[in-house]
Amino acid sequence: MTALADRATGEVRGDHTGPRGRRGRRSGKLDAVTPLGLTARYLTLIVVLVIAIGPMLWELSTSLKSAAEDVYSATPRFLPQHPTLGNYGKVAQTIPIWHFAENSLVVAVLCVGGNLVGATAAGYALARLRFRGRKLVTGLFLSTLVLPGEVTIISQYQTVTKLGFGDSLVGVALPTMIGAINVLLIRNAFQGIPDELEDAAVIDGANVWQRMRYIGLPNIKGILSVVAILTFIGAWDDFLWPLLVLQSPGKLTLTVGLSYLNGEIQADPRTIAAGAMIALIPILALFGLLQRYFFRGVGEGAIKG
Amino acid sequence: MKSHRYYTPWLLVLPALAFLGVFSLWPAINTLLLSFTNVHTLTGGHFIGLANYTRMWHDPQLRDAIVNTLLYVVICVPLLTFLPLLLALLVQRSLPFMGFFRTVFYFPVIASAVTVALIWQWLLDDRGLVNGLAEQAGFIHKAVPFLEDRWLLLFSCIALTVWKGLGYYMVLYLSALGNVRRDLHEAAAVDGAGQLRRFWNVTLPGVRGTTLLVSILIGVSAMRVFTELYILGGRTGGIGGQDVSLVFLIEQYGSGFDGQLGYASAMSVFLFVLTAVPLLVLARLNSNRSQA
Repeated sequence: MTALADRATGEVRGDHTGPRGRRGRRSGKLDAVTPLGLTARYLTLIVVLVIAIGPMLWELSTSLKSAAEDVYSATPRFLPQHPTLGNYGKVAQTIPIWHFAENSLVVAVLCVGGNLVGATAAGYALARLRFRGRKLVTGLFLSTLVLPGEVTIISQYQTVTKLGFGDSLVGVALPTMIGAINVLLIRNAFQGIPDELEDAAVIDGANVWQRMRYIGLPNIKGILSVVAILTFIGAWDDFLWPLLVLQSPGKLTLTVGLSYLNGEIQADPRTIAAGAMIALIPILALFGLLQRYFFRGVGEGAIKG
Repeated sequence: MKSHRYYTPWLLVLPALAFLGVFSLWPAINTLLLSFTNVHTLTGGHFIGLANYTRMWHDPQLRDAIVNTLLYVVICVPLLTFLPLLLALLVQRSLPFMGFFRTVFYFPVIASAVTVALIWQWLLDDRGLVNGLAEQAGFIHKAVPFLEDRWLLLFSCIALTVWKGLGYYMVLYLSALGNVRRDLHEAAAVDGAGQLRRFWNVTLPGVRGTTLLVSILIGVSAMRVFTELYILGGRTGGIGGQDVSLVFLIEQYGSGFDGQLGYASAMSVFLFVLTAVPLLVLARLNSNRSQA
């Protein structure tokens, strides 16, 4: 039990107990894992688990039910009687959903690439290079944080259209390709690197590019992965902006395309469910794969900023 | 020690600065300017003074949107401030499977609002799972019209927003809980304080700063709600068109081949003023605290 408790406090809370063997003195009462407490904790967790992903699992189950099975039956069946992937084919006949997925992917990749390059470059300059106007520029980036994106969306739409990017995937990606918040997150991370490291590199004759590449970047991998993950998810999930920008049916992103599926009067819940799963499963899988980097980066203070 | 050429920083900053200027700063100014005009997407327009703002004053749909927004804020803020804290306390200890729970609780955050709204639409359908189970259990005899009634639809959307937000604020609290001083907990335990007492007197004060920040964030994002209402309300804001939000109206007026950009911009300015209120409160509280 003590070993468990120690792991708990060491990992999650950080160890504040100072250098000399206070571990031994730690009161057992504080971390006591009573069978009753443990059962209550896990039971609560399982209830929350059902609430959190139950709806998604129900949708998954619906998407796998065959046309012969009554999805409206008064006694709900949680498992499909004759599981079929037919609905996934049917949704692709109703709307070009794989093409929409491709469009979403293009937008997401543009945004991730733009932010990793653009925000890293700016974040490095603002954190590590002295120049006249640095404070002013930082202030400009900070000032836009209080401005909700929805407030400027109409004017942004006008700008993007005038630039000739209306009704295009580039137009969807453009406004978020270098986010102010990402510039600031990356700047904060670069600032955390000790000055001595870089001073030594300057004396050794390293130029800006070399210092950024060999000293800066390796030290901020955590934040970079969080920025990449959040940017990808943000672009993949975004709805309002692409809804405003895109009109041609062939150019829609997944979220906008799905919202039209919803408008079909004769929409079959199974077909909609299959469409929802096509949007949901890739992003959850991606997050599942990368969650370690995400939570580690968050622990390093990425979200707190 | 001169470590770089004078223009290097500007080269690095320029792309980001250009994007900031074109897609944030200029639109912000332009929104304000547009709000005093009757510009339409195709036909253009001219300066009309405060006419858009007086029109807003008499707009019944805007009144609905404001009522909905207030309800959204009043319900979401307390729920999303405290439930995620409890959730964070549950998954904070390093017991088996905690990493799994933490990740899965974050799933609704990762999913797009459109997807989860479609999922909830099916759940709350007249013949959906919620009505089916409730009928079977004998709670109700007739399907509850979650998606048809003006108020039930709004509350369904609020429930969806809360459900989707739990994991996000849980993670914010997790990083804050890491900073709660352990020795205080120990001292309190030695003095005989029980779990509840320690939660009240040690944990809560320890995360107070985060609680404040989180509640402000929730308030601001509740004012910006759009997708839940748009999807669950079937694109029209419910059957009577009363389940709308400010962003919903901005989208409705501003989009389409001849959108009323001027009027939509005036609403945007109003939305900005509304979201600035909680942020000003936060700034005020923070400055008071640093003076004390």
